[in-house]
Amino acid sequence: MRKLYQFHGGIHPPSNKSQSTRTAIAQAPLPAKLTIPFHQHAGETAKPVVKIGDHVLKGQMIGLPDGFVSSAVHASASGTIAAIDMQLIAHPSGLPNLCATLIPDGKDEWIELNPVADYRSYSPIEFQQALRMAGVVGLGGAAFPSDVKLAIHKQKIKTLILNGAECEPYITCDDMLMRERAEGIVRGAEMLRFMLDANEVLYGIEDNKPEAISALQQAITASGGVIQPNKRHEVVSIPTIYPGGSAKQLIRVLTGLEVPSGKLPTDISVQCFNVATAYTVHRAIDFGEPLLSRIVTITGNVGHAKNYDVLIGTPINELVALSDALPDTDRYIMGGPMMGIPLPAVQVPVVKATNCVIAASKKLFPPPQPVLPCIRCTRCAEVCPADLQPQDLYWFAQSREFGRAQAFSLFDCIECGACSYVCPSHIPLVQYYRFAKSEIRAREHDKQLSDQARERHEYHELRIEREKQEKADKLKAKEKAAQAAKLSSPPPLTPEQQAEQQKLEASRAHILEVVQSTIEQTDEGAVK
Amino acid sequence: MAAIAIVLGAVLGYAAIKFHTEGNPMVDKIDAVLPQTQCGQCGFPGCKPYATAISTGEAPINKCPPGGEEGIQKLADLLGVDPIPFGGDTQPKPKSVALIDESTCIGCTLCIQACPVDAIVGAAKQMHTIIAAECTGCELCIAPCPVDCISMQAIEENITNWKWKYPAYALTSVEAAATAGASR
Repeated sequence: MRKLYQFHGGIHPPSNKSQSTRTAIAQAPLPAKLTIPFHQHAGETAKPVVKIGDHVLKGQMIGLPDGFVSSAVHASASGTIAAIDMQLIAHPSGLPNLCATLIPDGKDEWIELNPVADYRSYSPIEFQQALRMAGVVGLGGAAFPSDVKLAIHKQKIKTLILNGAECEPYITCDDMLMRERAEGIVRGAEMLRFMLDANEVLYGIEDNKPEAISALQQAITASGGVIQPNKRHEVVSIPTIYPGGSAKQLIRVLTGLEVPSGKLPTDISVQCFNVATAYTVHRAIDFGEPLLSRIVTITGNVGHAKNYDVLIGTPINELVALSDALPDTDRYIMGGPMMGIPLPAVQVPVVKATNCVIAASKKLFPPPQPVLPCIRCTRCAEVCPADLQPQDLYWFAQSREFGRAQAFSLFDCIECGACSYVCPSHIPLVQYYRFAKSEIRAREHDKQLSDQARERHEYHELRIEREKQEKADKLKAKEKAAQAAKLSSPPPLTPEQQAEQQKLEASRAHILEVVQSTIEQTDEGAVK
Repeated sequence: MAAIAIVLGAVLGYAAIKFHTEGNPMVDKIDAVLPQTQCGQCGFPGCKPYATAISTGEAPINKCPPGGEEGIQKLADLLGVDPIPFGGDTQPKPKSVALIDESTCIGCTLCIQACPVDAIVGAAKQMHTIIAAECTGCELCIAPCPVDCISMQAIEENITNWKWKYPAYALTSVEAAATAGASR
């Protein structure tokens, strides 16, 4: 038995997971229209590489990664690009973003796939490029491009952690994936381990998923040959506590190490991937398939809560219709009840980060209770998994003292919502932290812009000054030359030149004479 | 006594050379707070001259509309004075960038000369354009344009510059909250 560690705080909300694990993963039907956003990952938006009216094949790239932290976007089905425009997406702002509208032709014609026969012959760089072009991003929720997580520099990775904790209530997509597709996860995990050159792989799974744990254990025992000899894959059952699936907290539980403030797990020789990401890596390398679909849990106020294998871009309203959303459903949440975001409209598409859609009703999620003043009971501090002082952070955020909030490690907050969950005054604490964080980020951005403007202005002034100086110098040089020319006496003339000059003077005198006489004549004439 | 005076004098003389600072550090500190739009709305030809004027006490701290109320607050904190509100016609405006209507532009280069941050590209008799990422929104290019082809476009909110809002919820009286709590 492995020694496990604990992180600070944590809560035990009702899990509500059993509703959606009763039936196997179902294939969601091909919708009549797919809306594929170009920004589905953390980082830069992918650049569209198709035009309106183009016919695309399933798996064809439609968005090229643009920038270091970026990932490709693909057509989830064969069909015609009907539009490339701004559409509503699942984002807390409720603002539209660039999307491609794809009308499937129903043939599901694949583009030619290039599976990798032996990934071990790939260099880490080639492997990262393959993942980047296959649009593989973290499927745990943050959608961070996986190739960037593999691009470690000098750090030596000892432990690779596969995150199957799935700590948030209602969500069961990873659970079902582990139960049904464990071999693929193990294969993908071994590829990631190989590329990171880690010694061991630990699968952290909460103990409320015994089926997933045994499925993965079986897959590891039966894997023969997949896993490099003398490297270890181990499934670790961890206690169920929210937010045990947050990367830093999971690392703490499994290894006892704490990721220092402002550092990354790689700085303490650990890297963490979601189990669904490992499965996608396996599909991308062994089959050459880009990330076109994912498992989505449809649960909450629905007739049949279930997990579906869904094409990216499927409108969420078609999914909830499959699960028979009950009539008193008043809104939908993407993600879990703790960290999820309310959807601006139910027509928005499924994206790579969509792990769960919860139909919410007043009965299931009663409206928030009236907010009362903070009584500084510090219950929030007791449950904070990042070991922060949420009551102080709240105080600084609500009075806009951002500098002090930052000094109290605001950016170590993982926005898990445990503090708001226990707050007896029902203060929406996480909203305050998100507000403060985004204000600080905006200020830092403005500061960067103003520093840039200062530099450009100073250079502008310098240039004007230099041009003035150059002009003055030129003028001076010219004047000097003129003066020098005046001072020096003209050179003596040759005999020919002298003769020429005399001739010229003679003719000039003659002209003068002629003119004079003409004037006299006309004068006389005028007198007469 | 004389020896001490000589030694101390030498120390002071050395310190004056060793810890010599170029320019006025206060001016740099004030300049760091100013938004660097270089717009001249304060009545000085740029942010640095305004910073110099503030440091000598010639100019009040409420003459910088692009800095907004927050800029005044920062200056007040830095200088240890009370913040004062904007007066009269100096009012902050929403952030914007200049846009050249490229079909009207005649390529006179007057705006290029007016731009304090060299954010306009173009040549004589060639169409000009603005590098939006470098534009500070100072509006100095608008007046010199002989064909009025430059307009200011407010920066709209999009996914990248969107910010979480200050949490807003209805205020409830303590009695109402108490009855709500009791009824549960």
